Formats: sequence, structure tokens, C-alpha cells
Amino acid sequence: MSLRIALPKGRLLKDTSILLEKSGWDIEGYNTQMRNYRLQSKKYPEMGIKVFQEKDIPIQVAVGNYDIGICGLNWIEELLVKYPSSAIAKVLDLGYGEGVLFAAMRPEMLRETGTITRIASEYPNLAESLAERLRLKRFSILPLWGAAEVYPPESAEIVLLTSKTEKELVKHKIVNVGGLVKTKAYLIANKNSLKKKDMTQILAAITENVPPVTHEIDEANNIPIIIRAIASSTGKINANDKVRIALPDGHQQSHVCSIFEQAGICVNDYPSKTGNRRPVSNMEGVLIKVIRPQDMPLQVANDNFDLAITGRDWLIEHRYQFPSSPVEELVDLKYGKVRLVAVISREIPAENIDEWQRIHNQSRSACRVASEYTNIADNYARDKRLGRYRIIPTWGATEAFLPEDADILIENTETGGTIARHNLKIIDTLFESTACLIGSQRMITEKIKQERVKRIVTALESAVGAN
Amino acid sequence: MKVERCKGFKDFAPQDMKRFRLVENIFRDICFQWGYHEIRTPTLEYLYLFTSAGTLTPGKLRRVYSFLDWDGWSGERVVLKPDGTIPVARYYIDNPQKGFSRLFYVTNVFMFEETGREPRERWQCGAELIGEKSVIADGELVMLALDVLSKLGLNNVEVTLSHAGLIRAFLDEMELDPQEHGRLFDRMLDGELKTLADIKPVKPELIQVLSLLLKLKGKSPGLLKNIRVISEKTLPGLMPTLDNFITVIDLMERTGCNYKIDLSSGKGFEYYTGVIFHFCIGQEIVGGGGRYDQLIPQMGGSDMPAAGFAMYMDDLSRIIKVEGNETINTNRVLLDISPKVVKEGFKMAALLREAGLIVELASKEQQETEYDWLIELKSESPTFVITNRKNRSKLELDSVTEAIRLLRM
Repeated sequence: MSLRIALPKGRLLKDTSILLEKSGWDIEGYNTQMRNYRLQSKKYPEMGIKVFQEKDIPIQVAVGNYDIGICGLNWIEELLVKYPSSAIAKVLDLGYGEGVLFAAMRPEMLRETGTITRIASEYPNLAESLAERLRLKRFSILPLWGAAEVYPPESAEIVLLTSKTEKELVKHKIVNVGGLVKTKAYLIANKNSLKKKDMTQILAAITENVPPVTHEIDEANNIPIIIRAIASSTGKINANDKVRIALPDGHQQSHVCSIFEQAGICVNDYPSKTGNRRPVSNMEGVLIKVIRPQDMPLQVANDNFDLAITGRDWLIEHRYQFPSSPVEELVDLKYGKVRLVAVISREIPAENIDEWQRIHNQSRSACRVASEYTNIADNYARDKRLGRYRIIPTWGATEAFLPEDADILIENTETGGTIARHNLKIIDTLFESTACLIGSQRMITEKIKQERVKRIVTALESAVGAN
Repeated sequence: MKVERCKGFKDFAPQDMKRFRLVENIFRDICFQWGYHEIRTPTLEYLYLFTSAGTLTPGKLRRVYSFLDWDGWSGERVVLKPDGTIPVARYYIDNPQKGFSRLFYVTNVFMFEETGREPRERWQCGAELIGEKSVIADGELVMLALDVLSKLGLNNVEVTLSHAGLIRAFLDEMELDPQEHGRLFDRMLDGELKTLADIKPVKPELIQVLSLLLKLKGKSPGLLKNIRVISEKTLPGLMPTLDNFITVIDLMERTGCNYKIDLSSGKGFEYYTGVIFHFCIGQEIVGGGGRYDQLIPQMGGSDMPAAGFAMYMDDLSRIIKVEGNETINTNRVLLDISPKVVKEGFKMAALLREAGLIVELASKEQQETEYDWLIELKSESPTFVITNRKNRSKLELDSVTEAIRLLRM
């Protein structure tokens, strides 16, 4: 039985690991410290097991790369709402992964004014479906990498985000206006595999160890009537003379603190132990929010921020998608240096992209390019004239895709260590990226704000110069 | 690597284009004769034109081709136009010339289809009459469409009639909550009108009238009038739309149109507010349209009533009979020139084309049997060797004028 299984990283990892242990799979190394995404079961050694970001799993199962997968219902519905004919069968509710994907907003926004409703979310397909169901006259979808809770009210009217309970939304000062789908873990299978392959042994072992679940309606279509009242937004709530800055969450925070210190800027509660995404600084007339660096260029383009600190890789990714975007690099902050590289399996006897292409062309199949940077990957494939190619969007852990699920990766690397550890090699460098301060080419009309922006830019320039 | 056409899309081969152009040309000629003006709207429109209530049903919206444009960082999507009428309404609102307007268009529309076996790109030709609310306008559109179909040699057309206003009025009487009301109306316009019969309305008298109406099929103006009498006191809310439907049916009667009332044929778009008509040949629907008085005001334009129809060109091109398909051009000339006389050759070809002949330069691959005349052009006398393939005669000439005269005879 040569089944291929996709298991989740992240929030479902612990419970999934317990379930598989009970089911007698005996998998070594499936834990939060794992360094290899390819695992083996001692009981089913012929099974191909790989670990993915949860969001990638429904797609991988739907396209038939994997026979079975485990992921949250939220990601299954995100795929199915856009591609209802996807070859996925929801086989079993696994009884863990508690939570709900809520549509939420600031209570003060529950009124009908303005022109356009902005919906920000990691779930753009479900967001679009919600807008259509609500028959919003005019809406825009802002796809996010995370931190959706911090967007209302200034940058979005509605956000779609997961939370264990409705009460938890209160700490972000937002209210639930409709539970869209549960986030519980599901065992899914590729429909064709389910028809053709014998999975009985595995399914029986898992089923025995799953607690009985009560039947519920998962795809709740019961958006409360309250949301109908917000046909559109109040427009942007901007304090005209305040400078709005986006700072990154994650591992970049210590670098930012160090540069800010040299620039004489003090930001309290950043990084925040309590998850505060609105820290306060000693600068007058400045509003700070902490969001994902991947989301910053789009936010600056939409005039939700005046300045942001992100990586040049994400700025380039944004500009490849929107060439006439007003976002530009203002200061190179010279830390967080990475290279964007093209990566292939070490087994392939090619040392550069041309050699690889010659070898790949013999297979006469479409080239699969996997990347978190879908627009950079797309641009690269066109520039290098890769012929017929497919971009496979990923959400991290891209190294796991080679060689079975992709032919080439576009990936960032600091030292090349992770790439080497996964038995991969670099065949091309696209560009180097460091952290940078970005802003908009749009003219700032308020003089006081202009001066404040200039002061921050100059302070950061000198801080970097002093480095 | 296999070179493939996109799934659900098709090529038009030369013979397909002949049929397509015939439909298009007849449609355009007749629209001009009826006083309509041609417009062409872009392939790409903003998605929001189609998403607000009163435009496309959610069933259709789920299948549009939408994406972010290169400058779409605001997150607003654009769409490959899924319908011909809404862009015309947008054009009308955009256009400074307001008031009464007769417009027509020929366009392709895009809608995803799951299997890829049915077309995802369709061509339609349509006419819109904006600014006129009377049933005469509805009648004009039906008669215009029938005129086009007749000129295409399609005379066995039956017009099926339904009424969006009447369906809405029924749902109003059922006192449903607004979400359920909207959902049911959309399902009906997506072709599931029979679901009406499953609802348990709060007013029992509705069941009786509904049952009569759903069963009503055929030429029955009398029955509609009888239903009106039965329900006048108990269901007064139905009267305005029922009266409008009766007036339309009366008009159809007087014009001698081959029509059929079938409320369950009310398949179409959410923007319809009044009569909905479909043109049927046997079991096949070759076009449809209706009244959409609220579309222009809902899209932000003035309070302007309108109605229109579209005919499905892919279906029409398939079913029309094109006589003498291969022998339309009887004067086809194959001109054989050598490199020495290339200048004279092109000049000769131009003169022959001016004289109304179809001239092709010979290549080794061409079959002489497809041509009426073969001309060999030489650098020395006799300059022209002309073969008439019909009577297998051969003539040698030196004068271009003589050659042209001969070929035009």
C-alpha cells in the first residue's frame, strides 16, 4: 500500500501526533522541534508522509499529490468555496482543533454609510463569498498573511479570523457578526484515491481512536441579520496629521528595536509579551501598529500606513503584482540580509538554471514552481522562458515540496543551511534582500505630518549610517 | 509538449466564421433598419457592477472570471464580462446623452462551466431599448428578435413568456424574511421555479392561485384574466404585475406572435422586473430577454425604465442553413508568377482584385481544382497564359486589359 499522507504543522500538530500514536502509526520525529518534513511510520513503512503548513494540505490532496491529509475545516472550505469541484472528500471529523472562523468588526462600524466595504483576511475566497452572500454593493478583499484582528477600524471594515471563542474577540475590541465555519480538524482524502486505493487499515485505526462527534452544520450559512446593516463602510478613519507606522511582528522585532534605539525612538511594549499590536512610542503624532511584514506593501499602497518596515523581498513581490503601485523603498535598514534563490533537488545533475531547463525539457511536462513569493516566481518563470509552467503557492515549509510536489522552488535563504539539510541545492540567485523602510510616493499634504515623516526617515538614515 | 486550447473555449474555423458572420450581419442590418445604434463595451469591467443586488444571481456570480488587475492593490476585482446588458447600462449611465435610447451590440461573454465540455465563452447579439416603459416597447423587442430569426430562415420560433414582477409579487405575499425572499427569487431565476410549489405560504389562497399559475402553459390569456378575478380581493398585491402580464399577452395576441405562457420559464437575470421572454426552436432556447426597469437606477443612473434581449450566436450559427456554402465566390483566380515578374505579378493581382475577383498567388501546395481561372504570368510573350477550368480552354494574351476583360465576362 503506497499511500501518501500530508500532515499539518502548527496548531493541529500536537493533537494529530497523539491521535496517530494511539492509532499505532509509530512515527518518529513528528513534533514541534522537527527538522525534517519527511517522516516515516514504523507500522506502515511504505507510506510516504510529509508535513505541510495546514493551508497547503487541501490543495495538495485535491490535486492528487497526496491521498490523505489532516487539516482544519476552515482551510477545506477556503478551497471549496472557490473551487467546488475540487477532488476532496471530507472523511472524518477528528474531534479536535476547536475554534470558529468569525466575520468580525468594530461595533461602531455597524451602520450604513460610506462607499466601499474592505474585508481583510487570510481567507480571501471565503471573504469574497461572504461579500457576495451579503450582496455588498462595492467591496474590496485585502488578502493577509495574519494579524487580521488589528486591521479594523482604520484599514478594514470586516475581518475574517479564527478564534477559539467569540469572547476572545472582545480583547481586540471587535465583535462577531457571523460564524462562518468551524476550524475543527478533519481527515480528508482525494476522491479518486478513495475510489481506487485500499485505505481500510489506516482509516479503521484512526476511526477507532476518534471520539464520537455530534452532528452539526459546518458550513453555517446563518450570517446574523446585523451584518446586513453594514452595506458599506464609513471610509477611512485617518487622523490627518498623525504618521501611521507599521512595524513587523516575528523575529525582526529585536533588529527594529536596536535601530530605533540608535535613532532615539522608543517604542513601549514592542515586542509585546501580551500580544499587544498597538504599542505607543515617545514620538509625538505617531500611531504604531504591529502587522505581518508580508502584508505591509499592500497596506501602504492603500494608504492605511505612511511608513512600514518590511523586507525588500516583499516589496518586490508587491511591485511585480502591481507595477504601478505607489510604494517605494525609502531607507535600506541593512539587517535581515537574505538571498532569493532558485532551488532544485540535489539529485538533478544541473548547476545552473539553463542546465536544469535542458534536463527538465526532456520530461515534456509542465514545470511546477513552488514559492511563497508567487509573483516573483511567476516573473522568474517568464523571464527564464520556462515554457509551460505552474506556480504552486505555498505558505512556508516550501522545502518539503521538492522533489515530489514541485520541480523548482523560489525561496529565501540566509546561510543556505536549511536548503542543504533538505538535500536541495541553489542553482540561481534572483536578488539580495534586506529590511527596509517603505513609504508611498503619494504627496502628503499636511505640513506637520510631512515634517514628522521626514524626521523619522532622517533619524533612521542616520541610525543605519552609524551602524 | 502538447499544444492545447484552453478548456471550455473554442476556435472558429473559416466555415464557422462564415456562419457566424451571416448571423452577425443579418442582426446588425435589421437593428439598423429598426433604428438601433451599435455600441461595443470593453471585455473587462469592474466586478462590483455585477455583484450588487438586482444584477447577477449568486449562482451566476460564483462562476465569473474575476481577478486583480495590475493596478488592483485596493483589492477591488475586475471581471471578464459575464453579461451583455449590465455593461450597456453602465455605458448608458456614463454617457452624457441621456433619455430615450435604442442600442445594440455584438459581444462575447464569459462564464465558468464546471466540466469544460460546455462553452465558457459565448457570443451574443443583443438589443436594449432604454427610456420606454410601455408594453409596446416589450412588443417591439420581441418582434425585432423574430424579424432577425426570420431573416436567418428560422420561422418556427415559439416565444415563451414569464413575468419576474409576478414572481416577486408572489414572494412578497408569502411574507418571507428578506434573506429567504432573495434566495428563493435567485433560485427561481437560476431555473428552479418549481421550488415555489414546495413553500407553505402563510395565506392559503396563495396556494390555489400559485397552483393555477404554475400549471398554466400555452396560449391562455383567458385563464390569466380569470385568475385575476379570483384573486382580486384576496391578493390585491398581485394585481399590478398581473395586469401588466395580461397587457403583454394581449399585445402578443394582436401581433399574431406564436407565444406560450409558462411562468416556470422565468429563467434569467436578477435584474428582470417585468416580462421575461425566451425564443425557442423546438427544445432549444436561442435567445431571451426581458424588462429591467430598476437596473439603471440601482447602478446609480437616473430612474430610467428599460428592456432588452440577447440572442445566442453560437447556437444560431449552428442551426441556420447556409446555402451554396462553398460556391459563394465563383471567380477565384490562381496567379502563378515567377521571381522575374514579381512586380508585374503583384500589379496584375491588384488590378484583378479591383475588378472584383478573388486572387491568390500560387504556391506548390495549392490545389488547382479549387479555382475558376489559372493564370501563368511570364516575362516574355505571350505574357499571360489563362486557363478557364470550367470549359478547360486555354488562351495566351499579352495585354492586361484584355486579360481582365476576359476574366470578368
